[in-house]
Amino acid sequence: MHRPHYYDEHDLGRFGEVGENAPELSKKFFEWYGAVFADGALSAREKSLIALAVAHAVQCPYCIDAYSKDALEKGSDLDQMTEAVHVAAAIRGGASLVHGVQMRNKANGISM
Amino acid sequence: MSSPKSLPTLRARGAPLASPDAQRALLRSLPIAREFEDALGGPLRATRIDVMQINVGKLCNQTCRHCHVDAGPDRREVMSRETMQLCLDALARTDIPTVDITGGAPELTPHFRWLVEQVRALGRHVIDRCNLTILETPTHRDLPEFFAENRVEVVCSLPHYARLSTDRQRGDGVHERSIRALRRLNEVGYGDGRSGLRLVLVTNPVGAFLPGAQASLETEWKREMKQRHGVSFDALYTITNMPISRYLEWLESSGNLQRYLDALVAAFNPAAARGVMCRSTISIGWDGTLYDCDFNQMLEMPVHASAPRHVRDFDRGLLEARTIELDRHCFGCTAGAGSSCGGATT
Ligand code: SF4
Ligand code: SF4
Repeated sequence: MHRPHYYDEHDLGRFGEVGENAPELSKKFFEWYGAVFADGALSAREKSLIALAVAHAVQCPYCIDAYSKDALEKGSDLDQMTEAVHVAAAIRGGASLVHGVQMRNKANGISM
Repeated sequence: MSSPKSLPTLRARGAPLASPDAQRALLRSLPIAREFEDALGGPLRATRIDVMQINVGKLCNQTCRHCHVDAGPDRREVMSRETMQLCLDALARTDIPTVDITGGAPELTPHFRWLVEQVRALGRHVIDRCNLTILETPTHRDLPEFFAENRVEVVCSLPHYARLSTDRQRGDGVHERSIRALRRLNEVGYGDGRSGLRLVLVTNPVGAFLPGAQASLETEWKREMKQRHGVSFDALYTITNMPISRYLEWLESSGNLQRYLDALVAAFNPAAARGVMCRSTISIGWDGTLYDCDFNQMLEMPVHASAPRHVRDFDRGLLEARTIELDRHCFGCTAGAGSSCGGATT
């Protein structure tokens, strides 16, 4: 029996279908998306590594698949990709932790 | 993480894919969106011969996991001096400007240096396809000087500027030895941009994916090779892995074969198709047989029967008018930016 689930790897290849009900918006998005990842002040390889890290931060399985392959194609190796994921993880961890200051402010404000 | 161990050659293991027929049959057994000739829109014809590529043999000091030659230390097929002389005779009858010597590790073939000197004596440009580690073996340590004296263009394989990927594809310790060899090539003047001693690096993907954009990678590689290793070079070529021989075996055993072939077919680029290297190259095997390219050579698909099939019968006119022999592996030359022995073709 086919069991539908929320994430299907084949759906990545169907990304373009999101444009079916908003072709103009999707055209703008994909053009902009392509331009973002072109060689510029940052190389295409560096941009791909950033994308890989962000994919982990937003925990998007499609992006993780796509940018694991893209990072290799763009010339990164597994050492560089692993460090990029650690950067994402460090920012995520740090972002939680730094809110501890807010917690302390609040707690101190209402405590005797 | 240590690198996966290199396996012996397909031949030494008695692997079914040691047979070129088995390789082609495996590729042909897969469902595919369209055949290569349909993608091209008809047959492919040669245009001219700018490069005589001589594969002097399958003997190699390495056993890289992706090798399309199934080369290795156990292989005994090497070109005799007599066959080299036939290549030289054919060359002397033409003005083909470039001789591209490949293998295996071509430098291990007994009469390699003699061949280089004879080609130079005919006033032609020589390219040596070098695996770098051969320069670190006791019997070949003087090759940088030999190359420089003969103004040989050295085209070297290095999958990545960092150790990990190089060693995974080519074996533990290969990266370090390759860097040492590159430094010695730099020391005799290679890659300085002034001496005219041209040093090219070749990278091909360590896995089932296509290479990145050549120009973008070259900029980054030049910076990284200089900063990390103090090495300079002139150009970087990106080459797509062909689904044949040991790479084909790896694709199949790792479950990547169908997806990789689909990716090559989907990335078919008509501009790359116009620039495929077989149109301007003739490839000669260790026994003197003529092929359209080194890949067809490994698949034992000689040139079309309307052209001479052995170097002793070399006829430039007939060869330049030949129809190229094609099969599904050809999608490797036309994917994305295209791929050839000179890197991307678009
Ligand atoms: S890829 Fe080159 S160096 Fe590696 S085994 Fe094959 S011929 Fe030798
Ligand atoms: S594999 Fe050889 S024959 Fe086929 S397109 Fe490439 S260079 Fe030409």
